[in-house]
Amino acid sequence: MIQTDNLDLRVGARALLSKLSWRVEAGQCWCIIGRNGAGKSTLLRTLAGLRTPDGGSVKIKERLMQDWPLPKLARERAYLPQARGDAFSYSVLETVLAARHPYHDSQYWESDNDFNAAHDALLAMDVHHLAKRDLRTLSGGERQRVAIAAVIAQDTPIMLLDEPANALDLAHQVAVMDLLARLCREKSRAIVFVSHDLNSAYTVASHALLLKDDGGWEAGTVNHIMRGPLLSQCLGHPIETIQHGPRLVFLPASPGRDSIMA
Amino acid sequence: MAAHRAGVILSCLLAISILCILAACVIGSAEVSFGDLLEGLRALVSGTPGSLAATLLDLRLTRALTAFVTGGTLALAGVMMQALLRNPLADPYVLGVSGGAAVGALFAMLFFASLWVVDLAAFGGAIAVALLLFLLAYRDLRGGVVEGNASLLLLTGVIVASGCGALVTLILSIAPDSRLRGMVFWMIGDLSGASWRWLPFFVLAGALLFSIKVARAINVLALHADVAATLGIQVNSLRQGLFVCAALLTASAVSTAGSIGFVGLIVPHACRFALGADHRLLLPSATLVGGTFLVLADTIARSILAPQQLPVGVITALIGVPIFLLQLHHMHRR
Repeated sequence: MIQTDNLDLRVGARALLSKLSWRVEAGQCWCIIGRNGAGKSTLLRTLAGLRTPDGGSVKIKERLMQDWPLPKLARERAYLPQARGDAFSYSVLETVLAARHPYHDSQYWESDNDFNAAHDALLAMDVHHLAKRDLRTLSGGERQRVAIAAVIAQDTPIMLLDEPANALDLAHQVAVMDLLARLCREKSRAIVFVSHDLNSAYTVASHALLLKDDGGWEAGTVNHIMRGPLLSQCLGHPIETIQHGPRLVFLPASPGRDSIMA
Repeated sequence: MAAHRAGVILSCLLAISILCILAACVIGSAEVSFGDLLEGLRALVSGTPGSLAATLLDLRLTRALTAFVTGGTLALAGVMMQALLRNPLADPYVLGVSGGAAVGALFAMLFFASLWVVDLAAFGGAIAVALLLFLLAYRDLRGGVVEGNASLLLLTGVIVASGCGALVTLILSIAPDSRLRGMVFWMIGDLSGASWRWLPFFVLAGALLFSIKVARAINVLALHADVAATLGIQVNSLRQGLFVCAALLTASAVSTAGSIGFVGLIVPHACRFALGADHRLLLPSATLVGGTFLVLADTIARSILAPQQLPVGVITALIGVPIFLLQLHHMHRR
């Protein structure tokens, strides 16, 4: 679905990522892990086609990014940016319906089809009751769920999500992550998301891409990549792993309450 | 559903617009009854305007239609500028296009007196500033991949506008007293010298057709800025189209009637507040409401202190400021 060949990303003189050669297949769910400023969002923007690579190439479905016509590409991949500024008073429903734009080649107004897709997405994200509300009057977490609902309504085989669980409460974090996993399993979507939450990433993702500070990277299955020593080295902080029943739990080492008290 | 609603609203607005234009033909220092109006219309259509009523009607209808097209042009330019800059506080004048027109017009007034030269100079000044902006802020409008929020365009525009303001002040301070009154009237916005022209109608019709055609894409751009590209929007060509249209509309409006304030800010706001932010409905309805608003304001301007005529810009500001403040207060309370 997605393929990068010797992809270089730079900001100014600093190399964020060098020679990334990486493939994402249908049905795979990738988590991108790395420290702040490691280039996770820049990589996602590049995969979304919003930024030109500083070297190498990105292919979507075996076709170079720059060869795709934008409207066609919009039916192949959806992108959830990290932050959004809402300038105008669109309603929640209008926001989600706008994500159906790529399917409107020959029609001016939305069809029943679009309304159904929007309603389903709103239900899936538990924001159906907010459909008529002005986007700007919602809380941060509600807005985030509306934004994810829009990405779902776009209904694309490839989904790129920058910190999808950001600002969500615990229950909705779990629900969103569970939904992503199901989309991968049941609908063979290819999903790439950025997350700082190692525990939820481990339960949802099938694969992980680790970005290091020096432009290096590691890619592979979660079992291969998400191991204590490798994560500790890459994230710059010691991380312990604990087997808890069937689950692997990641714990950042801390001085601990006891040593602080003492 | 949405299409049906839009149809009903637009039909109502169109009917109100026509009624207001007719009302503007009747109201004034010299009485014309609706009966005279019909007779005068018949005389005008058949091409033999002989009676007093017909002559009066000819004058007032020309003025009302000019007011309508100017108001509609300004409101449409306002909606486009707000969408382009993703800023609901933008108006057609924010980028200095009208400042360029003012410099051109006042410069022409300083040396010539002929009305059409002034109009032409205003149009030329506006287009010159638009071209300058296009070159200086090309980064925000060029093709290919973009990052950012058209902030360079906004900043450049604001600076160019203040440069134009300085030039205007310079011209005003060296102008002979006899020309000052005309200059001030021009800058406030005045329709008393309106003569019949087709060009503003063509510009408005063309821009309206273009904007309605891309209205759905404008929605996506207003919602998502650059990320709109991931929904299949050619962000840069859409921005260029909006910029060219808004600049052309502004140039057309200010060279017809001077820089009438507030229509391009208040009307888009009021329409968005009442009808929602969907540009498929917002663009045509703001055009109709803007036109109607200016017809009414101009009718007040020429009749409230009759026989003395006020510049219409004074009326739009006097009506516009309290409405805007009320609306802001209301929005804040929600």
